[in-house]
Amino acid sequence: MKKERLSSAPKKPMTKSARDTVTCYGIVIVAYIVISILLNGGHVNSSMKGLLIPICAYIVMALSLNLTVGILGELSLGHAGFMSVGAFSGVVAAMSLKGAIASTPLLLAVSMLIAAGCAAIAGFLVGIPVLRLNGDYLAIVTLAFGEIIKNLINCLYVGHDADGLHFAFLKTSDALGLADGGKVIINGPMGVSGIPKLSTFTAGFILILITLFIILNLVHSRQGRAIMAIRDNRIAAESVGINVTQYKLMAFVTSAALAGASGALYAMNFTTVVSSKFNFFTSIIVLVYVVLGGLGNMWGTIISATLLTLLPELLRKFGDYRMLIYALVLIIVMVVSNNANFKAFFTRLFSKEKSADVPSADADTKGGAANE
Amino acid sequence: MNFLFYVISGISLGSIYAIIALGYTMVYGIAKMLNFAHGDVIMVGAYISFCATSYWGMSPFMSVIVSMLVCTVLGVVIERLAYRPLRQATSLAVLITAIGVSYLLENLALLIWTSNPKVFTSIVGTGSVKLFGGQMSITTVTLVTIAVCVAIMIGLTLFTSKTKMGKAMRAVSEDKGAAQLMGINVDTTISVTFAIGSGLAAVAGVLLCSAYPTLTPMTGFMPGIKAFTAAVFGGIGSVPGAMIGGILLGIIEIFGKAYISTQLSDAIVFAVLIIVLLVKPTGLLGKPINEKV
Repeated sequence: MKKERLSSAPKKPMTKSARDTVTCYGIVIVAYIVISILLNGGHVNSSMKGLLIPICAYIVMALSLNLTVGILGELSLGHAGFMSVGAFSGVVAAMSLKGAIASTPLLLAVSMLIAAGCAAIAGFLVGIPVLRLNGDYLAIVTLAFGEIIKNLINCLYVGHDADGLHFAFLKTSDALGLADGGKVIINGPMGVSGIPKLSTFTAGFILILITLFIILNLVHSRQGRAIMAIRDNRIAAESVGINVTQYKLMAFVTSAALAGASGALYAMNFTTVVSSKFNFFTSIIVLVYVVLGGLGNMWGTIISATLLTLLPELLRKFGDYRMLIYALVLIIVMVVSNNANFKAFFTRLFSKEKSADVPSADADTKGGAANE
Repeated sequence: MNFLFYVISGISLGSIYAIIALGYTMVYGIAKMLNFAHGDVIMVGAYISFCATSYWGMSPFMSVIVSMLVCTVLGVVIERLAYRPLRQATSLAVLITAIGVSYLLENLALLIWTSNPKVFTSIVGTGSVKLFGGQMSITTVTLVTIAVCVAIMIGLTLFTSKTKMGKAMRAVSEDKGAAQLMGINVDTTISVTFAIGSGLAAVAGVLLCSAYPTLTPMTGFMPGIKAFTAAVFGGIGSVPGAMIGGILLGIIEIFGKAYISTQLSDAIVFAVLIIVLLVKPTGLLGKPINEKV
């Protein structure tokens, strides 16, 4: 299979990876244009409108998790922890810099950068111990870190006054010792309230594009190939001189930083945010997007994140039964998509379409290899 | 005196974790899958017992039997419908299906029993035992929980070492293919494992709600995660490991709550888990994984 892959690359006018890249950007840009037109025409109802920014945030989350799960090949069950770090640091940044930066888009961008930076630091700190483990043990430790981050933020108090930021831990907001005119930003278990609504749909769209740009460039670079080599066979990769820890950490930290940025986007769409929002459930839901979209498949992730975020809304007419149907859809999709008969059926369907424009059959074998 | 009290409450809470962790670890050992729906089976078990005593007028003991039966059937049905078709699929696909099953159970419970918390009446009454001339009082639930846990532990050890089915389970967990060649019905063995695990989950649910009486559709979630942690802590796939892991986790949690901070008790539990895994990457009693080149 390796030989085929090498020989097929120069023959084709457009490689599979290039096609995927174009598909990714294409989907996002077309979707943005269509939705913008619909928004301007007033064809989007308010509940859908409210979902636009969360969808963008979840797409970014899912893309960043796909970097860890699909490209690096390590199962992470605590991705929401990084989203949480990003959300809270982003909000603190936005609320304390509000006076200093007048322009809203600039303030949002700066907060997102700070959020990404803080999440990257968290990712680095978590990554050093975590990446020494393998498989299910790594998964459970990421879960544990996610819960720890949630717990710690739950006990954190941050305030802002003329002297700058004040921090307190495990006490009450009085312990911050704020001067007159100071303001409590993070109020322990109460979370943050009165967040300025800085996030816009366009900002979400730009963040998705930046995320895609970072991830796709990383994947197609020398570093990305090293990361995928580690995923496919760690020992073999090590034996050809790839520094496993360094590349694992690179993927993990990038993923955490992007999750942090998405957290900031998400938080600044609401007026209040509490740390329990970013719990194990959120991590799992994002993992579901990634697995349904296809491991390592970015455009699939975008579509599955969008559809699955919309699904509960679309099922609203079923009332109380909607989450039940959501769960059933999830199980049925998993069972059907892993059924040997259905797989064979789709492969046949797929190869018929393929034979029309691509004479060689190697596109399918490559697709199969990527899905494994 | 307080110290001893905390140790006993820790062991009691840990016993519940241990019983739940057994379900996780047995299923993992045999089917190599993380059954995330296990925590929700606990919740179903508790609800069935609640209904049996409050609405159908059964005695507490009978309610436990009924709830075990229902959960056993539920576990087998879940395995048959959702997990068996995925026997050949990747572990991630199975994980997502398990999450789907977990959602399904939670939302079914939400529809049937609504989100209003039910107040669970303890099946062993609310009495307590006074020790050291009344200086320390331990609730009956605490003692019963520990006793039940010990009984289950002995029973399960005997089952896996003496009976034919127990031996088949060990064989399947060691090598599925070889076990099949020796004439062991792998599908039946896996079904029995799910049945036992789910039956134990029902017991755990009843004990959990006897000690912490609020019952909601989300009751099983956090204990499920903690028990999963306990299973990993002791070395996932190992039955004595699940016991030790569960009890240690319970003690750490109670100590963390008592001596450090109530708010941070979960963080402490997970931090200890991380430290243990960094020192012993396959858990306390887990088998070391040999890497083949």
